[in-house]
Amino acid sequence: MKTALTAWDKVQISRNVQRPRTLDYVRILCDDFFEFHGDRRFADDAAIVAGVGRIMGRSVMIVGHQKGRDTRENMKRNFGMPKPDGYRKALRLFHHAEKFSLPVICLIDTPGADPSMESESRGQGNAIAENILVMAQLRTPLVSFVIGEGGSGGALAIGVTDRIFMLEHSIYSVAAPEASAAILWRDSSKAADAAKTMRITAQDLHEMGIVDAIVPEPEGGAHLDPENTVRKVGDLIMNSIEELSAIPTQTLLDQRYQKYRVIGAFDTLTTNQHGNGEPLVFP
Amino acid sequence: MKELFRRAPKAFTPGEQTPDQQTPDNMWVKCPSCGELTYVKQLRDNLKVCRCGHHMRLGAVEWTGLFDSDSFIEHDGNITPLDPLNFVSPKDNYAQKLRESQHNTGLYDAMIGGEASLMGQPLQVTITEFEFIGGSMGSVFGEKIARAAERAYELRVPLLTINASGGARMHEGVISLMQLPKVNLALARLGSVGMPHIAVMTDPCYGGVLASYASVADIIIAEPGARIGFAGRRVIEQTIRQKLPANFQSAEFLLEHGMIDMIVPRNEMRLTIARLLRLYTTRDTSAAPIAADV
Repeated sequence: MKTALTAWDKVQISRNVQRPRTLDYVRILCDDFFEFHGDRRFADDAAIVAGVGRIMGRSVMIVGHQKGRDTRENMKRNFGMPKPDGYRKALRLFHHAEKFSLPVICLIDTPGADPSMESESRGQGNAIAENILVMAQLRTPLVSFVIGEGGSGGALAIGVTDRIFMLEHSIYSVAAPEASAAILWRDSSKAADAAKTMRITAQDLHEMGIVDAIVPEPEGGAHLDPENTVRKVGDLIMNSIEELSAIPTQTLLDQRYQKYRVIGAFDTLTTNQHGNGEPLVFP
Repeated sequence: MKELFRRAPKAFTPGEQTPDQQTPDNMWVKCPSCGELTYVKQLRDNLKVCRCGHHMRLGAVEWTGLFDSDSFIEHDGNITPLDPLNFVSPKDNYAQKLRESQHNTGLYDAMIGGEASLMGQPLQVTITEFEFIGGSMGSVFGEKIARAAERAYELRVPLLTINASGGARMHEGVISLMQLPKVNLALARLGSVGMPHIAVMTDPCYGGVLASYASVADIIIAEPGARIGFAGRRVIEQTIRQKLPANFQSAEFLLEHGMIDMIVPRNEMRLTIARLLRLYTTRDTSAAPIAADV
């Protein structure tokens, strides 16, 4: 029964090795597609695939995380965890899309950004931040779809968009459940508890007003009928691109500003805080 | 505006605040770096920098001394956090954690924001309070920076952010994550009118703070020895299964790798920022007398 799935069940489905990945979407949806490579600065990161293609008669820029299906491919794709080079490739192609007035489709499916010494040395935080800043102002419609795992800043770096959609059994979280459990309770084996407590399912995000719509999956998950699931996703994406393309650019940017500006849970009191301590005397 | 939550978030009453706790002046403080003991008063007079050069962390209120005396006026001091996820776990209860942190710091959340002047130059500022759940970035944090950036945009003045944060606030889940774009959208708007954002990174600056506004500031200043990174050292060591070099993710390491503009010791911070502000806000002082001649 679909309704009986726990958050942790959904985590498992979102990570299913047969679940359709970005390149499956490209294969099923695009009449034509060229993958573009490299950030023109350092490397080509295979954890992100990007290129220009045509869907339903419209030229689009597609940027997505790409996980592997076996050990060898996962080594190449770094389990879908991009390095700064991957984000900078995406950044280059965001600018490219703006220049040629191409709508951008971002397919999100990552456990998170690559945590390694080399990524830190090349500015992982900066790479993500730069993308968020540029997507905020990009003068072309942007749509993102969480097709599997939406892991933290690693997802957000290609996820600041006019519309955000999720597949029924996909997840989106401030940190992967294992990482959340490690940060909160210093015990990554409590990942299932974290998944539940932190409300990371598509349904949770829809309820919070962060996600615009959810596309249903066949019972058991998208991997049991990839073709149909991908087509449904494609329909929703292209419909919203149609709708967004009709909006004047400045209005689109203002709406994007508002979309994120209102996210937050806080209260406004009549009394002010007064912090402890005394100001120091700086020379 | 779309209602954010179908269910009303659990109302949360901030804890009682204590008056400023005065530390007795005769107390010794041990430097975590060199181990030497220093009198509290002596340490405060030296801006909490040990004789060995180690910069100890400052609280948000202590940092307000950076500005011209009595020029700091707090804004949005009345916004308080909620518990949107109803976060309760066997080991952790967010509402209770908030209450404790509020009691200990005298603040509603991990950030203060407001206006100030620095050597006569007006600016908007935000300062994090690390003692409040590790200076973590949740809704109130994001809202205060966004509002400070919006005020700076309206008034056409620069924005200064002083930062010490462990990253996103886990207890507000993906809402915390969405504060990253919220803040950057406001900063992009500020940038569009040619007003600079200067970020001061103090120890430590990690995760969400780095992956949103701090690492894309127009000018990035770090304090000596500050630890700065996206992923935590422990996470990386577990991933690569080897020890990292001692200076990894230090301000000096980041300078060497081209990630920050400069390292400035605390006793030079005030003058440095004032000089920078002057360069950006009054760009051509020679123009004035020439115009007067015409």
